[in-house]
Parts: sequence; C-alpha cells; structure tokens
Amino acid sequence: MKTREELQALRERARAALAVRDQEGGARVVIAMGTCGIGAGAREAMTALLDELAQRGLSHVTVAQTGCKGLCDQEPVVEVCTPGAPAVTYGHVTPHVMRRIVAEHIVNGQVVSEYAIGTASEAN
Amino acid sequence: MRELALHFLDLLRNSVEAGARIVELDVAEETASGLLRFELRDDGRGMDETTLARATDPFFTSRTTRRVGMGLALMRACCERCGGELSVASQPGQGTVVTGHLLVSHLDCPPLGDMGAVAQSMACEADAVEFVYRHRVDRKVFSLDTRRIKAKLGMHTLGAAEVLSWIREHVNEELRRLHRGRRTASGG
Repeated sequence: MKTREELQALRERARAALAVRDQEGGARVVIAMGTCGIGAGAREAMTALLDELAQRGLSHVTVAQTGCKGLCDQEPVVEVCTPGAPAVTYGHVTPHVMRRIVAEHIVNGQVVSEYAIGTASEAN
Repeated sequence: MRELALHFLDLLRNSVEAGARIVELDVAEETASGLLRFELRDDGRGMDETTLARATDPFFTSRTTRRVGMGLALMRACCERCGGELSVASQPGQGTVVTGHLLVSHLDCPPLGDMGAVAQSMACEADAVEFVYRHRVDRKVFSLDTRRIKAKLGMHTLGAAEVLSWIREHVNEELRRLHRGRRTASGG
C-alpha cells in the first residue's frame, strides 16, 4: 500500500538527493513528450527511467519533458546530458533501451551507440 | 492511442506547453450509464476564435516551433468513435477548457490505462505547473493535488525519482480501490 506515511518517509531521502543535485550537478534526461512521442511509447520510456533511477537511488538525475522535436519517425526520442560530455540524442527508446541507457550511459559513461541518433557538439 | 490515459497525457502536455500554472483534470465514471466524462481546465495562454475553430483539425497546429499538435483531434475522434463528443472553450489569456464524454462499454473504447504514469508526468513539472486530478467512480472519489504533496514533503519540486515512482503507484492503487467491487469495461 502506497500510504501517505511512506511519502513522509521519502521526504528526507528526496531532500538529500536534491541537495546533491544542486551541489554537484547530475545528468539530465529529456524525454520528447509530444503526440508522436506519446503514441510511440515515450510515457513507457519515462516510467522505465524513473523506476530504474528510483531502484538505483539515482535521484540526483534530473528528468524533464519537452514537446515534439521534429524527429517523429525516431520516437520515442530521449536526450541525455551528462556533466562534461556532449549531449546525446537517442531514438526508438523502448523501456528496455531506457534501462540500458541508465546503466551504460548515466552510470558508466558509455554511450549506447546503436540507439544514438545524434550528438551535440557542446555540453549543456 | 492505446489508452485513454495517453489521450489525457497528450492534452495535459498541451496545457503545459501553453504556459499554464494550474491544470485541473476531472474524470467521472458512471457504472449505470456506462459513461466516462472528463473536463480539463488550464490557465494557459488560451486560443482565439480562429485558432479554436481549427484546434481539433488534425492538420492544424498553432505552433511555429512545435507547440500544440494533434492531441485534441485524436481525442475528439476517439470520443466520437465511442458514442460521445468533445468540446473546447478558450479565450486568449483566459485559459482553455476541454470537456468530453464517451461510452466505456463501446467496443472501440480503449481501456483507461496507466493514469498513475500520467500523474507522474505532470508531477515532474510541478516546480512550474500545479496539477489537480480528481477521479470519481460512481460515489467514490480520489483526488491528488501537487501543491498538497509538495507541502507534505516540504519541497518546491517533485522531481526526485523516488517521489515520482511513489506518485504513480499511489494513483494506480487508489484507482483500483475506486474500481473494486464493480464490474467495469473501463479497465485501468
């Protein structure tokens, strides 16, 4: 049962995680949540991402959403920015691919190249 | 869309992209009539008459740099396919209200789906946009307000993954509680 007491218990952990995020800056993951993205499974990619982050205790990773980026045939599209590295755009991000991106890219710094469709020339 | 929840998410994203500060979604299911009614209200920038008239046209979008897309058109088509309808009221600077209903018993009606993930997606925006969600099944009601959760946590954002995961599971458990003890065609 997801009780409100459980939420209260999350309070300290969540606050600590956000403090780390503010201090050190963490990875940022942006999911394209336009009509095309939603239809192709962007929401499922997002739930997989949050599930994986929660399970691994990676609450310092920022998750954001944006609209359609004009890459409708590649949806679901997800952009990953890690500190000090170029932003990488991924296409066809199923929940399975999303979990791989967390483990390989966010945790280990290795781009999941078979799903990468673009790299920004500078980090942001 | 495979779920009504995905249609709702799509419309809610329109509200976020329209600069809303508060978005409210009301869903009401009535077992006796088999009807599901919904109303979505936002205080975003709204639409003028011309834009509004074309808002449910699948080949129209008001965006110059990708802002609002096919969401309204798809949901209207879904409602009409399932014995219902959808209407939109909006004025520039006055926000937008989308109202609709459909028959959940209709063969073409998708299941309600993962509303918890919809709430999760909206809660992720809660540092800029508040989300109020009420879901009624006959006489039982569940409600969620991101302001209440933020106050409970003493935080200005709900962006931590553990919090967002809690929100999804909380909403889906509460909806199962609402649906318990009655046979329904709406799924969820």
